[in-house]
Amino acid sequence: MQLNRRKFLVLGSATAGSILLKSCASPTPSAGGDGAGSSAKSAAGGGGDTIKVGILHSLTGTMAISEKTVVDAEQLAIKEINAAGGVLGKQIEAIVEDGASDWPTFNEKAIKLIEQDKVVTVFGCWTSASRKAVKDTFETKDHQLWYPVQYEGQECSKNIFYTGAAPNQQIEPAVDWLLENKGKDFFLVGSDYVFPRTANTIIKAQLAAKGGTTKGEDYLPLGGTEVTPIINKIKTEMPEGGVIFNSLNGDSNVAFFKQLQAAQMGPDKYPVMSVSVAEEEVRQIGKEFLVGHYASWNYFQTVESPENTKWVADFKKEYGDDRVTNDPMEAAYILVYLWKQAVEKAGTTEIAAVRAAAYGQEFAAPEGKVTMQPNHHISKTVRIGQVREDGLFDIVFSTPGPVDPLPWNQFVEKTKGFACDWSDPAKGEQYKL
Amino acid sequence: MILQGVFDVLFNGLSIGAVLLIAALGLAIVFGLMGVINMAHGELMMLGAYTTFVVQNAFKSLGEPLFGAYIFVALIAAFFVAAAVGLFLERQVIRHLYGRPLETLLATWGVSLMLRQFVRSVSGSVALAIALFALMFWGGQWLLQRRADWGEMRGRALTILLPLSGAIAMLVGVGLNGNKAIAKPWFSARNIDVTAPEWLRGGVSWGSFQFPIARLFIIVLTVLCLAGTYWFLQKSAWGLRIRAVTQNRSMSACLGIPTDAVDALTFAIGSGLAGIAGCAVTLLGSVGPNLGENYIVDAFMVVVVGGVGKLVGSVAAAIAIGTLTYLLGSGLIPLWMTQLQLSETLGPLFDFFTFFSTMSMAKVMVFVVIITFLQVKPAGLFPQKGRTVDA
Repeated sequence: MQLNRRKFLVLGSATAGSILLKSCASPTPSAGGDGAGSSAKSAAGGGGDTIKVGILHSLTGTMAISEKTVVDAEQLAIKEINAAGGVLGKQIEAIVEDGASDWPTFNEKAIKLIEQDKVVTVFGCWTSASRKAVKDTFETKDHQLWYPVQYEGQECSKNIFYTGAAPNQQIEPAVDWLLENKGKDFFLVGSDYVFPRTANTIIKAQLAAKGGTTKGEDYLPLGGTEVTPIINKIKTEMPEGGVIFNSLNGDSNVAFFKQLQAAQMGPDKYPVMSVSVAEEEVRQIGKEFLVGHYASWNYFQTVESPENTKWVADFKKEYGDDRVTNDPMEAAYILVYLWKQAVEKAGTTEIAAVRAAAYGQEFAAPEGKVTMQPNHHISKTVRIGQVREDGLFDIVFSTPGPVDPLPWNQFVEKTKGFACDWSDPAKGEQYKL
Repeated sequence: MILQGVFDVLFNGLSIGAVLLIAALGLAIVFGLMGVINMAHGELMMLGAYTTFVVQNAFKSLGEPLFGAYIFVALIAAFFVAAAVGLFLERQVIRHLYGRPLETLLATWGVSLMLRQFVRSVSGSVALAIALFALMFWGGQWLLQRRADWGEMRGRALTILLPLSGAIAMLVGVGLNGNKAIAKPWFSARNIDVTAPEWLRGGVSWGSFQFPIARLFIIVLTVLCLAGTYWFLQKSAWGLRIRAVTQNRSMSACLGIPTDAVDALTFAIGSGLAGIAGCAVTLLGSVGPNLGENYIVDAFMVVVVGGVGKLVGSVAAAIAIGTLTYLLGSGLIPLWMTQLQLSETLGPLFDFFTFFSTMSMAKVMVFVVIITFLQVKPAGLFPQKGRTVDA
């Protein structure tokens, strides 16, 4: 009896397993198809009653907190477009996949969206690590990714549209403003991964060129909370006060600001400029630790424009009054609309045609007018905000108009004098100006 | 000048060490005295931190000056919440796994994942469903136990009771999810904002030094916890029993010590101390479901370096690791070399210390030092003397 049951279990699970395997394998006939073939196939996603698009963000894991808000913004835009009649007369159907805060998973899911679901485009990723993980896939399959987060630049892929800020649309204006208003001595603090390291390389070069001094720099492991040595180092290097440029990510910010306040280093003597702290993070760190400090973004919830008032109201109506909007969410909202306009101009969802139609697309976004440039980044207004008592930002500086994006950094020796232009086949990813 | 530097290193080393020690203290008891590798220790800390959050919110309506005192209530509440969860964990899971360290490790790791997900998704409906399940499952067992033929029907009864109460609880939970107010997560997966009371946020100055009050508070708290634990283990009757069971379990049992109760108590106290640690670290860092991850590795490191089974070892190890982290991470060594005009003569050494003077590189260096140390003294700073009896 015992033996029979065991035998049954073994055989049964083996059968079930092989059936499962077969059914999973059949929808992906040949993963290694050539670029043109698979893009033609995926364009067929527009052939049915709906147009399928992919949304690829982390819904679980450490990044879920941030990426979930971006998914909300993208789905709001899709819902609005569908309510207004859809694209090319068809409704948009979003297929949401979970990258699970794990970079190889992002790549698997990207392949799944392209090969199996045959989506016409993908909106996705947050961390630079996840973007780099899927970049090759989108390039070899000649598909298209829309990426909504500010990043470190030094990249310009034909198959990615970047709607977040390039360094010259966030970091560089912030440094200029600080030099002008807050002093010449800088201390750079960041988490230990690609974005802060690259950002600080750019800042150091910029300070050297503009007469500022880098008094020191320090990196905390991701998630680290022991910041005592860093704070004492800042005090030793800048006893009379100075600017702290902060590119810490996530949890470390909480520890940093709490202990900065405990050391009685207030924003009057030690103003902190953050590039990863937006409305959502202010809520989680605790606004009483942040009041008076600065952040640099393209969008704040407090931007005054009719477009923004409407968007904030729509967002709160959809997701609840206690929610806030922030920069990456706005960039995610923009990219859905830019994609929609490009599709309508091209009259098809075919990838090369949409790409060509995207150049020059303008959109009246909550942050102000944005324009898609031939270098796949968008012109954006740059703003600097100061945290106020209610946890939102007072906008203390804003550029008079949109700033054109420069993906290749002009302060870093290696990329100085280079630009990117995909509208001209002779120029492409990187050409000498 | 030199004296000032030494004092600076001592204070900051101590303040980093105190955080390490308070996180490791509960583990030193559970792992040190009972030999249980408790991977859920960090999550018990997390529960302590969430208790602090709940207490803080309850006190918010009272206004100042009462609000400033919430931290003391939170410390006590955190101790008891974590101790209760620890007790439950010991009775239901770990008790069955004594003497099997690998299974304990896996089981407690599983528990840690469950606790993490629990605070992410707990809501009115989830809590009600869990309470319902507990009532039906354990209540049903309790009722059936009165029957005379319980012994022979136990297996059958449990196979029916477990899926039945599970299914009913799940159905009720899903049904309640329709109601938005009940289904709203209490904490959600986001980090929560625990605000230190006003009086803990500043600092005190003494000459050219500045001491953050939160740090001083943690040092004092650590000393108190340490003194309390020491007193309990050395002077109280139960402490004596715990030490006896640690030294020789079967002999203690022969002499009439209830080893079962001793195990439960030890584990509950270790967990309670984790709860206090969780409350303490809310003053420094973020509070979220993953809080435990940030401390668990450091806590194990302290216990292993100190020598399993000796509290004094953990104390020494925590202070040593804290001081070393501060010395390397704050870049004081290259600074002193420059001041003493040694940076030229000791060129390569100077470059070496400059390279390791950021926090993330200092951590690497600390691990290298610890690994080297454990090669020389595998049993830690204060190894347990005599034969190992258990194991």
